[in-house]
Amino acid sequence: MLNFFQLIIIYAGIYALMAIGQNCITGNTGMLSLCHAGFFCIGSYATGIICKTLGLSFWFSLPVAALCSAAVGFLIGVPTLRLKGDYLCIATLGLGEIIRNIATNVNPVGMMAIPRAELFGYQFSSRNKITFIILVWCFVLIAYFLFRQLAHSRIGRAMIAVREDEVAAQSNGINVAKYKIGSFTLGAAIGGTAGCFATAYTLTVQPGSYTFMVSVMVLCMVVLGGMGNLKGVILGAFIIEFIQYFPQLVGLSSVIPAQASQIIYGLVLVIMMICRPQGILGRDNYRYGDPRSLREKIRDSFKRPSKKEA
Amino acid sequence: MRILETQEVTRAFGGVVAVNQVNFNVEKGLVNGLIGPNGAGKTTLFNQITGMDVPTSGKIMFDGKDITGLPAWKISRLGIARTFQNIRLYNDLTVVENVMMGLHSKVGADPFHGRFIQAVKSYFQAGKENRELYVRALEWLDFFDLSHLKDEYARNLPYGNQRELEIARALAADPKILFLDEPAAGMNPAETAHLMKIIEMIRDKGITVVLIEHDMKLVMNICDNITVLSFGQKIAEGTPEEIRSNPLVIEAYLGKEDEE
Repeated sequence: MLNFFQLIIIYAGIYALMAIGQNCITGNTGMLSLCHAGFFCIGSYATGIICKTLGLSFWFSLPVAALCSAAVGFLIGVPTLRLKGDYLCIATLGLGEIIRNIATNVNPVGMMAIPRAELFGYQFSSRNKITFIILVWCFVLIAYFLFRQLAHSRIGRAMIAVREDEVAAQSNGINVAKYKIGSFTLGAAIGGTAGCFATAYTLTVQPGSYTFMVSVMVLCMVVLGGMGNLKGVILGAFIIEFIQYFPQLVGLSSVIPAQASQIIYGLVLVIMMICRPQGILGRDNYRYGDPRSLREKIRDSFKRPSKKEA
Repeated sequence: MRILETQEVTRAFGGVVAVNQVNFNVEKGLVNGLIGPNGAGKTTLFNQITGMDVPTSGKIMFDGKDITGLPAWKISRLGIARTFQNIRLYNDLTVVENVMMGLHSKVGADPFHGRFIQAVKSYFQAGKENRELYVRALEWLDFFDLSHLKDEYARNLPYGNQRELEIARALAADPKILFLDEPAAGMNPAETAHLMKIIEMIRDKGITVVLIEHDMKLVMNICDNITVLSFGQKIAEGTPEEIRSNPLVIEAYLGKEDEE
């Protein structure tokens, strides 16, 4: 049981990284993208190839995985980010599937027995989950602080401006296309890092595990936790992972099929959209010179959004 | 002195010619009015000048430079700011953050750095930069008497204040020309009077103002020269007195007298 909780925490960490990337794309810049599984796949393969085929260290594969998915994100982004809304969604969905299909066709078996990550002679193995939890969550924290800094900087505000109103953003001297591509590339990079950790944990790479459902799950985490709110997104990753492993956790995996969790994601999305469209924690209200204390902020974030005036 | 002029600018949407060979001149330091009946092509002309749309033919000269077809964000950085007919604020940002967005392009005007390097710098010095931008944004809010609303979300502001905030955001970029697209639309007489004062203050700061407006009282009172468009063509140009007595303008607004 404890073992199982640890597993959930590890996966929540890996998915939290993905969700942070998705949040940069969807939450901050407002692009509905559905190809995070593709970036996850690229990061995993990069790690697999570097650690096994080339025999290099896991620590070397980490930046390379991020760079590879960032490069793919950039290349995908340049032509597709002209599209808006549903069209962008469809285009990225297709691209995510293309990446997976290429991986399947090149080698349907994937990679096995990838060497473990090592730090000062210590091997991170799936037997000792605690150390792996520390490893993954260290990087979640790093990513959290990096992206929080981004969101609160001039650049992050410009991304939010693009989300809010592209035309107005242009009139403020913001190069909308560059900001979109930039945020897509950053989101892709962090998605690749998540793939890197997933490989380091499972020590296998299987093309079958990067399906469209993974992208939907990550999007679900962002919507559930609160678009544009990094804490909310990490919370969302926890909740979704918990839902996914719930049948196994209570020992009902023989009764409840694994696909049941997909129904629950759908339900969660519908309920959230009706009852609390801004997510559990709502938007990240970073106010300059905000006199409210942290407690008041949390309390205020649970209030219903104040009356909308046209 | 002309700060901006359009030379034979034409914009056709399929068969509909929205703007037809218009020569629109903007005099430096004055309040320039652009009027005309609905559908005359005023906003279309604004969009061409500010880069939101590209002319089918013709040239736009700003400060002696040809800016035809430049993307909107570049034109904005050259010193042309605008507001929109239907207010376009960043609704989910606070009032002060909206004005800080107006200051966005003012950071990184340093010619020795590329914008990308500037962006990286902004990332690492976010705290310091935010404080600077915050102080500068507050100055603009003071100018418009909006300081007490600084932490309010833009969408929660009353209509008149939203208009003012949009002008504040445009002014924060320190433009040479400010284009106002129907700023008085939907305002009550008191708000319009206040707006008139604001426009005068902007002019006194040395910023050229171009104004699209249907409120004739406002236009006639405040504009130094007026251009009239009708069905995409320029039909008159001159001082308010000249425009008021111009038979072509009267015809465009009221229609021709029946011969019978």
